[in-house]
Amino acid sequence: MKLLNLFFIIIILSFNSSFANESNSQSKITKNLRCLICQGQSVYDSDSDFANSVKILVEKKLDEGLSEKQIYAYLKDKYGQWILYDPKFDKNTYFLWLLPLFLFFIGGAIIFKLFIIKKN
Amino acid sequence: MKDKIFLIILIFIFSTVFFIFYKGLQNSNIYTPKVEYKKNIPIFDAQIFGKKNRINSNQIFNRDKFYLLNIWASWCVPCRDEHPYLLDLSIKSNIEIIGLNYKDDKENAKLFLKELDNPYKIIIADNDGLIAIEWAAYGVPESFLIYNNEIIKKVIGPINEITIKEIKELIK
Repeated sequence: MKLLNLFFIIIILSFNSSFANESNSQSKITKNLRCLICQGQSVYDSDSDFANSVKILVEKKLDEGLSEKQIYAYLKDKYGQWILYDPKFDKNTYFLWLLPLFLFFIGGAIIFKLFIIKKN
Repeated sequence: MKDKIFLIILIFIFSTVFFIFYKGLQNSNIYTPKVEYKKNIPIFDAQIFGKKNRINSNQIFNRDKFYLLNIWASWCVPCRDEHPYLLDLSIKSNIEIIGLNYKDDKENAKLFLKELDNPYKIIIADNDGLIAIEWAAYGVPESFLIYNNEIIKKVIGPINEITIKEIKELIK
């Protein structure tokens, strides 16, 4: 009896995972979209009217056969760069992209100066 | 000497950081990104509110005429505030107000119009919010002033004393 119960549980759980995989690309895309009317939430996380509509839209566009990139381009065209979590490298964002690299090199230089030069 | 320079730099950094944060305190924490919104109105197909048949956007918007597309819902409280302005606009000017009923219950929406009167020439229903996204709208209420199939003004949030004046100025 115990074995039978275990068997049923395993079957139910395995169905669950297959259902979760079905909407994988939809959730992946919505995780990369910013919910414009929420504070610090992605479309995937939010349950606002706006986010729910975007979820439906992404699903619909996927059904129409659009690729992930095309969906991003479509939404960017409508709402601007801000809806994407991953900003493109251009004249407005070069500082954003280069600052961590710059800080990394400064840190490296400090370490180099403190430890390596001192040792010699 | 070295300590002095270090101290000066430290004070400078701290005062800069303090100054920036202090300035930041006074700024609004609601970030509205600059978006160059599409000027041309989207083409869409929608169901007419309370009817079975559908209508295309080409049948709604003609050239050489002013339109105000207003996104509303009966559950939206600020929509009640802006409703008198819409009524006033529909009576006193020759602008056509198009309603976009956003994610609403049909009966509630009918009651809303019965209670507050109907300023809309045509109402289209948007049950899943997809048409609002076509218009790059954020939510309710939101209004778009349209002329020659182009959006010439966008009002996010309820229409008020100031925005109604701007609209009236534009459609003169």
